[in-house]
Amino acid sequence: MARRSGAPEVSAGSMADIAFLLLIFFLVTTTIETDAGLDRMLPPWEPPEEEPPVIKQKNIFTVNINRNGQLLVEDEILEIKDLREKAKAFLDNGGAPSGDPEHCNYCKGERNPASSDNPVKAIISLKNDRETEYSTYITVQNELVGAYNELRNREAMRLYKKNFVDMEAEYLNPETTNEVKEELKEKVRRIQELFPQKLSEAETSSN
Amino acid sequence: MSKFAKKKDGEVPAVSTASLPDIVFMLLFFFMTVTVMKDSSLKVENILPNASEVKKLEKKDRVIYIYVGKPTKEYEKVFGTEPKIQLNDKFSTPSEVGAYILMERAKKPQELQNVLTTSLKVDKNANMGLISDIKQELRKVNALKVNYTTYEGDAFRNLQ
Repeated sequence: MARRSGAPEVSAGSMADIAFLLLIFFLVTTTIETDAGLDRMLPPWEPPEEEPPVIKQKNIFTVNINRNGQLLVEDEILEIKDLREKAKAFLDNGGAPSGDPEHCNYCKGERNPASSDNPVKAIISLKNDRETEYSTYITVQNELVGAYNELRNREAMRLYKKNFVDMEAEYLNPETTNEVKEELKEKVRRIQELFPQKLSEAETSSN
Repeated sequence: MSKFAKKKDGEVPAVSTASLPDIVFMLLFFFMTVTVMKDSSLKVENILPNASEVKKLEKKDRVIYIYVGKPTKEYEKVFGTEPKIQLNDKFSTPSEVGAYILMERAKKPQELQNVLTTSLKVDKNANMGLISDIKQELRKVNALKVNYTTYEGDAFRNLQ
């Protein structure tokens, strides 16, 4: 007489094999996404007839990239590797004399009256050719952002004993708690006000 | 007499493999959770340039992607070798970018529609002409926040 016990036990020996199979499938299909880059704000689309504000020539730092990837900075040919230092010198110049309302008391530059008055006034104007390679453009952008970041880091170190880039990364990190965020927000804004990123991009020329 | 008397020679005790499935499952779950399924396959070459001053692009649901690059080998015959824009799954002209952004924006929840970022994934060999056309289109539809997505690395490697 057949003995009726519970259902026969299923062998779990092949469980590991099945799991391995799935594991290998997911291993192969996983792509670690590269989601980092240079953040930029585009200027709003405004009607061209609007009167542009008058900006003193000495407060503008012009950077031109030609189709061969060569740079013309302030009407002089410059190597890309020197761009960061040059941009920093321009932003940090603080040319307005003391007593002037535009005087910059945290600048450590040369205070050359022929260069920018104040980091708040200083504008970097970037112009490129339609034939310029994207990689060159990114390198130039990277150097200019780097110049801003270095100056902001310096001020953040002086005021808060912290690196600006780290502070900003922590502020943008979704895992940061709200209280920390509130505290950081104020500091990040303050540093950004000391060295606002004013990077204007002209429309590309085709010649 | 010594305490460290040699054990009897012979078989090393077999390592139990009973916990192997557990370990494998743990790995499996890890990869299952971190896997992001791509929603569009790339039809263009997409080797991004390097940059060192990068910011992380947090929150994937707030990002719209635009790919630019040379069509890959299989599409070369039809679309040529000049860099092209890829939106979702098809090649497009710069004038279609605006409509695409508006469409993608409409798909997102209301509260996110104003905080969207456009991620430009552009091949390093593309020309700026195409990029500035895209930028003009983005400005027209008021999608002003852009991110030039790059690899993290030394920016000067781009120039070689």
